[in-house]
Amino acid sequence: MIVLFYLITVIMLVSAVMVVFSKYPVNSVISLIICFLAVAGHYILLNAQFLAVVHIIVYTGAIMVLFLFVLMLMNLNSKVESQRSVLMKIAAVVSCGLLFIVLVAALKRSFEIPVDKPFDNSIGLVKNLGRVLFSDFLLPFETSSVLFLSAMIGAVMLGKKDLKTEV
Amino acid sequence: MEKVTSAIQVIPVEYYMYISFALFAIGVLGVLYRRNTIIILMCIELMLTSVNLLFVAFSAYHSDPAGQVFVFLVMLVAAAEVAVGLSILVMMKRKINSVDIDLLSRLKDEK
Repeated sequence: MIVLFYLITVIMLVSAVMVVFSKYPVNSVISLIICFLAVAGHYILLNAQFLAVVHIIVYTGAIMVLFLFVLMLMNLNSKVESQRSVLMKIAAVVSCGLLFIVLVAALKRSFEIPVDKPFDNSIGLVKNLGRVLFSDFLLPFETSSVLFLSAMIGAVMLGKKDLKTEV
Repeated sequence: MEKVTSAIQVIPVEYYMYISFALFAIGVLGVLYRRNTIIILMCIELMLTSVNLLFVAFSAYHSDPAGQVFVFLVMLVAAAEVAVGLSILVMMKRKINSVDIDLLSRLKDEK
């Protein structure tokens, strides 16, 4: 199990780095799909089966298809793109490394919150999670549909060919 | 199933925090490093995913389903965000024929 954990972690981090550093945008998208599949593997290791399935459907099924569609329809898969200056790149790498170090240092000085509930391996299953979602979290769940509606209207408005009203 | 639950009890929760931090740092690196808007959107997705992973880890270790419900809602917000972001990108490509993020700085003021 430990071996499986380390294997999934290495796949996840390597493909995440490849998202940033690959030359073609399509390679970035493929790397991101691999990274998301590895994250779904982590969810399964953590006994969150429902979220693993939802993650695969929503991210690799919907979001990444959207990315690939935009890449192909807009013909964006070109290697030549304007790069940042070398100084800016070094600053980016240094600052993100410092961010990681600060987060780890903050973790080192932290203390552990004791677990007050008995261990339950069925919380991530559809039965239990659906009951919680439709009883305790009903209002946020229904409100998210309004969010989706506004996002849909916004995407259609922005994506229209040309508006008749002059801006 | 039994093997999987024993895996949770073998691996300490700090490991999940470390890999989540690393994933978040890689996302920040991508946003600062690249100028292609589509890569920047993907790196924002990476950061959201790292936070989701941490939520699920704590939810599993503390046996509290509220964290997993929260991850579900974050996924919905991420989907909506990508739809709007990509339509902005399509409009940008159509108007100025480029996906360079620095060209959007002209949104700042008219002069």
